[in-house]
Amino acid sequence: MEAAGVAAGEEKRSAGRRLADLFHGRSRLQAGALLAGPVGWLVIGYIGSLIVLLIAAFWSVDALSGELVKGFSFDNYRELIDTPVYKDVALRTIGIAAAATLTDVILAFPIAFYMAKVASPRMKGLLLVAVLMPLWSFYLVKVYAWRTMLSSGGIVNWALDPIGLDGPGYGTTAVWLVESYLWLPYMILPIYAGLERIPNSLISASEDLGGKPWNSFRRVVLPLVFPAIVAGSIFTFSLTMGDYITPSLVSPDTQFIGNVVFTDHTNNLPLASAFATVPIIVMIIYLLIARRLGAFEHL
Amino acid sequence: MSRSRAHPAWVPAAIVAGLLATMLVIAGCGGDDDDSGGTSGAPTEVGAGEGQLNLIAWPGYVADPWQSDFEQQTGCKINLKEAGTSSEMVDLMRSGQYDGVSASGNASLRLVAGDDVDPVNLDLVPNYETIFEDLKNQPYNTVDGTPYGIPHGRGANLLMWNSDEVTPAPTSWGVILDPNQASKYQGKISVYDDSVYIADAAVYLKAHNPDLGIDNPYELDEEQFNAAVDLLKQQKANVGEYWADAAKQIQSFANSDVVVGTTWQYQYFSLLAEKAPIEAPGPNQGFVPEEGATGWSDTWMISSEAKHPNCMYRWMDFIISPLANAEVAQYFGEAPAQSKSCEADTLAQAAKADELPPDPQFCTNYHADDPAFWDKVYYWITPLADCGDDRGEVCKDNNEWDAAWTEIKG
Repeated sequence: MEAAGVAAGEEKRSAGRRLADLFHGRSRLQAGALLAGPVGWLVIGYIGSLIVLLIAAFWSVDALSGELVKGFSFDNYRELIDTPVYKDVALRTIGIAAAATLTDVILAFPIAFYMAKVASPRMKGLLLVAVLMPLWSFYLVKVYAWRTMLSSGGIVNWALDPIGLDGPGYGTTAVWLVESYLWLPYMILPIYAGLERIPNSLISASEDLGGKPWNSFRRVVLPLVFPAIVAGSIFTFSLTMGDYITPSLVSPDTQFIGNVVFTDHTNNLPLASAFATVPIIVMIIYLLIARRLGAFEHL
Repeated sequence: MSRSRAHPAWVPAAIVAGLLATMLVIAGCGGDDDDSGGTSGAPTEVGAGEGQLNLIAWPGYVADPWQSDFEQQTGCKINLKEAGTSSEMVDLMRSGQYDGVSASGNASLRLVAGDDVDPVNLDLVPNYETIFEDLKNQPYNTVDGTPYGIPHGRGANLLMWNSDEVTPAPTSWGVILDPNQASKYQGKISVYDDSVYIADAAVYLKAHNPDLGIDNPYELDEEQFNAAVDLLKQQKANVGEYWADAAKQIQSFANSDVVVGTTWQYQYFSLLAEKAPIEAPGPNQGFVPEEGATGWSDTWMISSEAKHPNCMYRWMDFIISPLANAEVAQYFGEAPAQSKSCEADTLAQAAKADELPPDPQFCTNYHADDPAFWDKVYYWITPLADCGDDRGEVCKDNNEWDAAWTEIKG
């Protein structure tokens, strides 16, 4: 009786042990089992959907029913190249993304520098909370707030009225303003982290060797923090380029890539898919440049 | 070292495997399409309700009091999805998650052509009998003699303006389409954001540029189409907002961000209820500027994949019952489809239920029973290459309208 019980227990254990034996000393198998889930998700859910998108770009749409006709032609890409409006929209979108990124760099650097090098630990904590605070609130609420503020009877016009100025109203300028506001924290944080990593002794050394403040900044601080700026710009640039809700709310008479894709995905999905490859290509180029500039060590 | 080198070798292999799997999935999806052909015809009887009903509708078509009345009478709880354009409606219907839709003519034929909707057995919709005759058997709700839906109501797209800012009161679409007049309101003009708006320009050109020979604003050959598109490209400089979301347009008019534009009665009455200084052509003009207008004649259609067909049939009969149709027509501001909705008692009862002031002249003002009036209203319909006359297949089709619309907006 006793012997039988022990044998059964051994059998149970041995199933688990066999599995353990299987993995023992086999690092490939271990890593494979561990990563199968995440990699599968990445490949099927993420890359897979991108591939579906790219395949759809070669299809067309039936004029009466609006149904997809699965075939293969470069007509959509040809239309994108032949019709000037798509080039205009793409350039406008890239331009706004670049402008918002530049604005964020200019705004973020002094704040990050103060946080990293000047502020007391207590102040630093307060500022970090202040920078992160906008990220706690809902994105749509913030954009709608700007829509109300920029409205012709809104607070911006009201505040500028006494000095005889008009607010920007809705339009491309409004998009630039709102995008710069929305993504500023994503620029401050990497720059702050980059500046934190620069030992104060380096700056002191530069000064001891006779470097004026501007020279110390330009030749010591800036080269060291530059990759962090590029890292931040990846966020601001890509987030602005992909945003279509902000333009539709604060610039309802202008189209950006996202708006064209959004409208076309119901009318003409293949054309929308073809157009959606434009930001993918732009971002690939951007990331390649960013990698060369060393941004990925600072993410 | 040998361990860490092992990883890069299998990662690409896993990616390749994943890609192959994805391709197989895509290929599998492609194969499914063949057996979706319409085997299901119209039912022969309406059974017990399924307890749920998923509808796609224009804003204001499914609302209280009639929504609650329907739910109480039938036990079918309505899950509503409002849509702002016909393209959006077609797209939503193709998801297969909805039982029915209030389709305008530029959605209905696309849905029929795509096998997305089923024919309707009119015998199961007793209230159909007394629908106005000029709404029955129309090209946008009937294909080859087979009825594909139940008429809901009709109306004309509205010219609306802020009476504080826009004087004198305009009587023509020229106020937003003639570059000389429109430039006065630069950046303050609100225009419907859909390619079907090109037909509005065609209606204007039909009256003001007879040399183009435009007859039907949805059957435009190259020259007529280009003239309409050029007019809208000039208009673009003066447009402040392209809207497809009724709520957003209401906000823009309420804040005076825009002061004149095209709209629906739904927005007009919502703004009046907010006491905004808003005007539109009066009933003496039939609510329509002098050139006429584009408009709609909507049709309730049942999805070919409806999961609650009994509730949908009950809804189609309910929404054209005299009281409910009078309620929705007065609430939205359009001509009812049901002739009995125009009886004085029904109108009064419906106005009371809607909490609106009684309007005994409602059906006269909205020309519910005035077929001649509707000759000046061009119902939305899907543009086809076939011009429908002796010009042949030289007209611009829906794809070309959509492409031109993107260009117009720049």
